[in-house]
Parts: sequence; structure tokens; C-alpha cells
Amino acid sequence: MSVKPMNRKKRETLVAWSFLSLWAIGFLVFTMIPIFTSLYYSMSNVVLDGEGIKVTFIWFDNYKQVFSSAEGFNFLKSVSDFAIEILFKVPIIIVFAIIIAVMLNQDIKGRGFIRAIYFLPVIIASGPVINQLIYQGAATIPIIEEMGILGFINSTFTETLARPISNIFSELIVILWFSGVQILLFIAALQKIDKHTYEAAMIDGAGPWESFWKITIPALKSMVLVSVVFTIINLATFSENAAILHIKNNMFALETGFGFSSAIAWLYFIALALILGIFFLVFGAFNRERGRR
Amino acid sequence: MMKKITKAKLKHILLGKNINEGLLGKTAIYLLLFIVGFVYLYPMIKMFTYSMKDLSDLVNPTVQWIPTKLYFENYRTSWIVLNYGKTLLFSLSVTLIPALLQTITTSLTGYALAKFKFRGKAILFGLILMTYLVPQQVYMIPRFVLFDKLGILESAWAIIFPATFGQGLSSAIFILIFYQFFRMQPKSLDESAEIDGANNYQIFMQIGVPLAAPAYLTAFLFSFVWYWNETYISSLFIGSELYTLQLKLLNFSSQFNLADGLSQQAVNEAIKYSATILIILPVLIVYIIMQKWFVEGIDRTGITGE
Repeated sequence: MSVKPMNRKKRETLVAWSFLSLWAIGFLVFTMIPIFTSLYYSMSNVVLDGEGIKVTFIWFDNYKQVFSSAEGFNFLKSVSDFAIEILFKVPIIIVFAIIIAVMLNQDIKGRGFIRAIYFLPVIIASGPVINQLIYQGAATIPIIEEMGILGFINSTFTETLARPISNIFSELIVILWFSGVQILLFIAALQKIDKHTYEAAMIDGAGPWESFWKITIPALKSMVLVSVVFTIINLATFSENAAILHIKNNMFALETGFGFSSAIAWLYFIALALILGIFFLVFGAFNRERGRR
Repeated sequence: MMKKITKAKLKHILLGKNINEGLLGKTAIYLLLFIVGFVYLYPMIKMFTYSMKDLSDLVNPTVQWIPTKLYFENYRTSWIVLNYGKTLLFSLSVTLIPALLQTITTSLTGYALAKFKFRGKAILFGLILMTYLVPQQVYMIPRFVLFDKLGILESAWAIIFPATFGQGLSSAIFILIFYQFFRMQPKSLDESAEIDGANNYQIFMQIGVPLAAPAYLTAFLFSFVWYWNETYISSLFIGSELYTLQLKLLNFSSQFNLADGLSQQAVNEAIKYSATILIILPVLIVYIIMQKWFVEGIDRTGITGE
């Protein structure tokens, strides 16, 4: 079988696309076309009745409605709540995951068993199950309420800030429940550190504290960004998130419907992109700062 | 002199040369891990003990953790409410089948990206990442309209179809896992097979797939668990007539009132807890058996990059 180089290149492309074809078809039919349709819907009045679908183009009226109606206001409030919550939740989850990962990476007995416990929430955390836990009060540590932390928060902060922050405390366990995958990512990164690096540092007189900040933390840096993105997307698409419930509920609401719903879905995406962007900027600045030193 | 030596020795025993060698450090680590681990297990334990309480135990303030007697009636009740046998079968059909198909398709995609050179690969990567970053809510409504036209709303197909074409839950993550894994396989194996006259598909089936078995297992398990826990899409696409176990839990109170033969009973938290336990039980069993593959899977599949 002698194949000329040119032929081989063409053939390789062909073979590659034969492997990719299923995904490519799916991407076009189930993702790409729907994305553009959704953009069109968001600027339309969409009515779905027995005969089919009626779409009338109305420019930005849906978006205007978001900023002028009660329903739109509720949606915006849930998005801003989510944004504030995430600013607190992401650092909590990341720092917590790093601490646990560092501890689990030590030479301790029963590591497999402990890891299994820490990963358990990933397996069972579905919307209804977590709802059940929050509703029944199994998601909070009783001490927090007994110490009056919630009362303190409500009396010190303004209403906009107090609500998201007290949410964080009353769902503290659930927040930690969202850190299973991140812990594993950090453990994987930790295991890639050469043990000799620590020994060399020790010989040079570095204590555990210096080793931690100068060797361990830099090794985790690349994984922090991955974890931040994962955490944000994971929290943002969690099925009991108030903002995405708005999107679903408005689909079948009489006075709003598919058009309005598409519009708020796009606004939600923009908000999400902004949040991700802010984290990227902060993280990038932090990296440059460290690089300079 | 003597005193100094013991002091140094004591320090060595307590603090050690490294943080994890001294007695103090070790104790602190175990203690912390134990406390935090308890925080994780606490809701589970609470759920489990509550699910065994009967009415008198529930209202009795002296009964906190351990119920006065073994009481399984709650489980019987929620078994009826959930219509467990039938609902479980349906749940599995919208969990196992999409998970399996999604694993196959994403592995094909990951293989193509890892093994072949072709133009537009960078763009393709961008598009795959995009499918992860854009929340599904954005394209959910047109999908809903599309499925309505195709007449597959309110059937398992609405979940199975996107999964088959690599557009299911977190498909992008699985593509990246397979990409990383296939890329790590030595090229020389493929080349020697090619010299022996195997074509690309034979190489994929006989070398790629067997060597990637751990990646397949991990991807399938995660896919299974994520589909099991998913409620947003399923409530939208199959919600009003058919129910998965999770959807039944979501509407437990109304389901309770609809169930036959329970009219004189009122729903209480013990019953709800027992229903929750019944719903996490299947994944819990899978997890206990396959625990190693879940926890080490991420490391093995090289998703963390080299």
C-alpha cells in the first residue's frame, strides 16, 4: 500500500471527520442552530398553540420588558443575588478544597476511605436531594444559629448584601458539598510535585511553612483557574438556582412566554460571562503580581 | 545536658522534621479531616436516623438520634408514593442509555482530536469549550420547540437524542478527558499496527479502545451519576406524564396525595427522608462498588494536564 503524502493528508482529514461526524451533526442540530434560534426568539413574540409556532419579530421589546416589569425585576434580583453569593462561595470552595487536598495528600492512614467520604456528595447531590436537606435544616451547622451569626449579619449589612451572605451561612454544608471534584483536581496536581523538591528546600533551610507557600501553592496555581471555572459553571447551572428557575417558569407563563424567557436566558449568559471575566482578570493580576516578585 | 536532649527529642516526636511527621501535626490533620468528614456525613446520618422514626418518635423531643424502635413503615409508604419499581426502570432508561451513548460519541470525538491532524482543529476545540460555557438554558427553548416538532417530547428520546450526538450533559468535559487520554497513548503502537496493514478504524477498535478502558469506565460512571442527578432538563422535556425518581422527589407532597391507599395519612419529614434515601440508594450502591474508579478516575484520565 503506497500512498502519496498529499493523499495521506486528505485521507487523514476524511478519517478524522468520520470520527467527528456524530458530534458535528449533533452540534449543528442540537446546539448551534438552537443558539441562533434562541437569539431570534429573544427578539420576538413567540406563541405556541395547537397548530404550531407563531413568531413575530419585535426587536428589543423583550429586553425592555425585563428592565421594566415585576417579573423581570425578580429575575434581575436573583441574578444579582447569585453574583454576590458566588463572589463569596468560589473563594470558600477553592480555599477549602486546597486545604483538604493538602491534608489528604499527606501520608495518613485510611486515606482511601477518607477520600471516599469527601467525594460522596458529588455522587448524591441532585437538586431535589439538596432541596430536601436545606428544607429539613440538615444543611446547616446548628452552632451557627445558636451563636446568633445570622442576626449579626442582618443587622450590620444592608439588605442587598445581608440576604446573600446569610444564605451562605445557612447553607454552609451544602457549599462544602460542591467541592468534591475540586479536591480531586488539587490532589492530582499535588501528586505531580517531585518529592525531591521538598527535600532540597529542607536542606536549604526552608521550614514546612515556606515549603508550603513557595512549592505547594505555585504548583496548584494552574489548577485554581480550572477549578474556578468548574465551580462557577457548576453553581450557575445547578437545577435549583433561582435564576434558571425563572427561565424555565417564564417559558409557560401566559404574559411572558418563550420570547421573554429566551431574553432572560441570554442576559443570564452575559452575566455569567461577566462573572467569569472578573475572576479571570483578578486571577491574571494576581499571577502578574507574583511573577514580578 | 540531659534535659536538652530530651527536649530536642520531645520536639522531634511532637513536631517532626516535616509537618506530617510530628505527633502534633498528625493529630491536627486527623482531627481536622475527621471533623470536616463528619460535617459531610452529618446530613446523611441525620437523614438515615430520621427515616426510621415513627410519629411518636418524631414529636418526642428526647429522641434525637436513635429511634426507640426499628420502624420501616416510612420506607413502605414512600415506596408506594414513588411507585419505586416502575419509576426506577424509567429512571434507568434515561440514565444508563444516554450515559452509554454519550460515552461512545465523546470518545470518538476525543480520539479524532487526539490522533489526527486536520485543519480547523483549534476552532473545533473552541466550539467544544463553548458548549461547556454557554448555559443550556440559552438553547433549551429552541430544543424544546424542535423536540415538539419531532414529537419526542415526553419520552426518553428527548434525553437520549442529544446524548447520542455528543450534546448531552457535560459532553465537553468527557471529550477533553478522552482527548487527554488518547493523546498519552504511544504513537509507535498505532504506527506498527498501520505497518501491519490495519486501517484507522481497526487501530481505534483494537488498540485505542482497549488501552483507554479506564477512561471509558470513568466517563461512563460520571455520565451515569450526572444523568441520575439531573432534573432541570428532564422536568422540562419529560415532566408532565412520566416521572424519574428525582422528579417524584421534587414533587413529593403532591405525589403523596395522588398515591392510592394513603389518604388518611399525612406526609411528614420522616417519610420524605426515607424517600430521599431510596432515591440516592442506586447511585450509592454503584459508588460503594466502584468507589476507586470515581475517586482515582480524574487522576488516571490525565484531565489535570501534563
